[in-house]
Amino acid sequence: MSSTFVGMPSFPKAASRAVGNAQLRHNLHKATHTIRDKRAAAVAEQPDWDDLRAAGAALKNRVLRHLDLYLEQLEEAVQRAGGHVHWAADAAEANRIVLSLVRATGETEVVKVKSMATQEIGLNEALAEEGITAYETDLAELIVQLGDDLPSHILVPAIHRNRAEIREIFQRAMASWGRPAPADLTDDPRALAEAARLHLRERFLSAKVGISGANFAVAETGTLVVLESEGNGRMCLTLPETLISVVGIEKLVPTWQDLEVFMQLLPRSSTGERMNPYTSMWTGATEGQEFHLVLLDNGRTKVLADTVGRQALRCIRCSACLNVCPVYERAGGHAYGSVYPGPIGAILTPQLRGFGSELDESLPYASTLCGACYDVCPVAINIPEVLLDLRAKVAASGAHKGEKLAMAAARRVLSSPGLLGASQRTAGRFRKLTPRRLPGPLSAWTDTRDIPAPPPQSFRDWWASREEK
Amino acid sequence: MASRETILARVRSALADVPSTETPDDVPVPRDYQHTRPGPDLVELFVDRLMDYRAVVHLDTPVAELARGRGRLMVPPGTPGEWLSGVDVARDDPPLTATELDHLDGVLTGCAVAIAETGTIILDGGPAQGRRALTLVPDHHLCVVHREQIVRTVPEALQRLDPTRPHTWISGPSATSDIELDRIEGVHGPRTLEVAIL
Amino acid sequence: MRVALFVTCVNDTLFPGTGRATVRLLERLGCTVEFPEAQTCCGQMHFNTGYREDAMPLALRVGEVFSGYDAVVMPSGSCAAMVREWYPALGVEPPSGVYELSEFLVDVLKVEDVGAYFPHSVTYHPTCHSLRSLRVEDRPSKLLSAVRGLTLLPLGGADECCGFGGTFSLKNPAVSAAMCTDKVRHVLDTGAEVLCAVDNSCLVHIGGTMRRERAGVRVMHLAQILASTEGNPA
Repeated sequence: MSSTFVGMPSFPKAASRAVGNAQLRHNLHKATHTIRDKRAAAVAEQPDWDDLRAAGAALKNRVLRHLDLYLEQLEEAVQRAGGHVHWAADAAEANRIVLSLVRATGETEVVKVKSMATQEIGLNEALAEEGITAYETDLAELIVQLGDDLPSHILVPAIHRNRAEIREIFQRAMASWGRPAPADLTDDPRALAEAARLHLRERFLSAKVGISGANFAVAETGTLVVLESEGNGRMCLTLPETLISVVGIEKLVPTWQDLEVFMQLLPRSSTGERMNPYTSMWTGATEGQEFHLVLLDNGRTKVLADTVGRQALRCIRCSACLNVCPVYERAGGHAYGSVYPGPIGAILTPQLRGFGSELDESLPYASTLCGACYDVCPVAINIPEVLLDLRAKVAASGAHKGEKLAMAAARRVLSSPGLLGASQRTAGRFRKLTPRRLPGPLSAWTDTRDIPAPPPQSFRDWWASREEK
Repeated sequence: MASRETILARVRSALADVPSTETPDDVPVPRDYQHTRPGPDLVELFVDRLMDYRAVVHLDTPVAELARGRGRLMVPPGTPGEWLSGVDVARDDPPLTATELDHLDGVLTGCAVAIAETGTIILDGGPAQGRRALTLVPDHHLCVVHREQIVRTVPEALQRLDPTRPHTWISGPSATSDIELDRIEGVHGPRTLEVAIL
Repeated sequence: MRVALFVTCVNDTLFPGTGRATVRLLERLGCTVEFPEAQTCCGQMHFNTGYREDAMPLALRVGEVFSGYDAVVMPSGSCAAMVREWYPALGVEPPSGVYELSEFLVDVLKVEDVGAYFPHSVTYHPTCHSLRSLRVEDRPSKLLSAVRGLTLLPLGGADECCGFGGTFSLKNPAVSAAMCTDKVRHVLDTGAEVLCAVDNSCLVHIGGTMRRERAGVRVMHLAQILASTEGNPA
């Protein structure tokens, strides 16, 4: 995959392009509304949902507030069960560790289960540079990889593609990666899934090294948990002789029994199912396999240090917030310039990466603060609260000088009833001159909307005249 | 090991706001969610949920009757002899390669626990279950669930399981919704899941 | 009952009719309404855009100006949410008894039929802060349903944001406009003559788009419909 998120334009620019793409708008609308409705039904069926949500948030808080203890506990449990534990402070180190582990096997090909952490660190690209090919095996990831594309959704990375586009990608690219697509391939999703099955089958059966992430890591027992639907995860986790799992340090849950909360929250929030078709849980070296766990920081401890932003680390990557977000639905995932798109991406990406680019600085503003994301979050991350906190940080950095001056001027007027009244009377006097188009940044408003003319008399003047009578 | 210490030091300094006397148990976790709940008959509910994802379900049919004539079936260690009368059996001894497993017609197993509410079958590598690849590579999985193995909820299931064992939770045949969120059954795992309840 | 009206700066400046309607309605229902003239703005725009230092003096002013009343009534969901939900994030104690108008009518005055008359078809857009911050739920719909002559038409995709979002509409104009286009389509699908909401900020966004498109649907704040009577129609 040669595509990269690096150097992308600010969110408003990228989003504006996406809004103009009718096909993309149609694909996203259809997909997000389908899954939104499914989730709503699956959650409505669970009588103790609010209690599970409260427990899920609290359990993650417990882990985060004592993360050092839990990490050491996890390490010890994994090692006791015959697994190897590696620590990666950043993406480059994680890639170096995985590369050396793969090299030690003598293999030049690896199969991968969909993993956000390995996308975040650009593992496939790092391996490719050293002559090792990583094959994505999740259907959507396969579509993205074959299409030399970027993921645009946490759960369904190819959500921006429709069946006709997928057929075209398979026909064009499968042959250069392995078994070609059948000559008579149609755009029936069934036929497309079958083509993927055939394309990957031999690869699975002969793979010697598997690479995964994990949805959860149980500190108490050292157990790793991967939820999936297709069976590609089971293939990658089970068949290879060597398994390498790259796991963010925030993925821990305290105890085995605590999985009871997350195994109820995640499937219903994510795919809108009572339970996803397959879940694998394993502890250390299993069934003769060699197992390596790579614990990844890569900015997470920076997020942890922020007492408001810390809650973003509770995220279990269900993507419910993307599916209800009206901004995501119009802008699409690529506009967020990160493997973490949507509302959670808008708070996670700038915290992980900092405000170093125009894009990262624009992300906290990629929301109307409508609150739909917070409502559906299974671990109750108050995304609007974090967005507001991040906006305060951007504003304090002095990034938007003109805006800062305008805001201060507005505050001065609004701090004085006298000044406010005088401004209102001036505006009222010149109300006939209200322009149809506003100048400067305000033209963004009048491009598509009329502005109301100021009334001849403000409310406060009406009240004063009424009191006089 | 340098990064281990680096990361742990970063974590500790990030948590400067957490009082040094606080322990994990001091962070309250409200456990108001239900461990179990009243509801319809367990078997009825389980069957309903299995049917919901279009698994083939049999109630109290002798296993051998279901397994006969299905071609060559992998049979893990510990499978009761009465399931196998007249069945064309393959054994994992010595262990078969993945390619050899791929040439079988199916696999016949038991399970460790089943969850009625979610229609989930959990295998833990115990008797009549075998290693994980056995239920993964063959295209057809016939799974036997005893009534006493069925619990209602996820919390009840976890309580019955041994975390040191490898687990595979199965809730329906292999599926994907990656193309326009249309659910397609049958990708990489077994495309047919058949459940026999005894 | 001594009720203070916090009219909000947007209503004060641009939509005095909403303020007048609120006064008329509350007085009709037997309240003594006061308008503390030292009031200005809740600070929401500054706070939401990240300018907390500018929001702070405005929030402190609200705390001072509105202390000591039995109730503070605000004809704006988002401003009421700012005061109740977000002042604590600024470290400012919100004044007690702050209500969005429909909350005040249904929860405090315990009235759903306010004796209004409005012989038009109306559809109601639940604005995000009233819906998800204040959780006013079906209070506005109950109030509208009790209005004589009024036909309430259900709005498709009602709980979706209209795309206003304060400065969002300026910072992300393309997405904002796309969201509003969909909202307008749902409004037109109802065939209603009037679109009603509890926030004039959202209505100026949807209404401004509809006027630009010559959609022919009027936008009205809930207060104006509830204040309307046969003798004094809106």
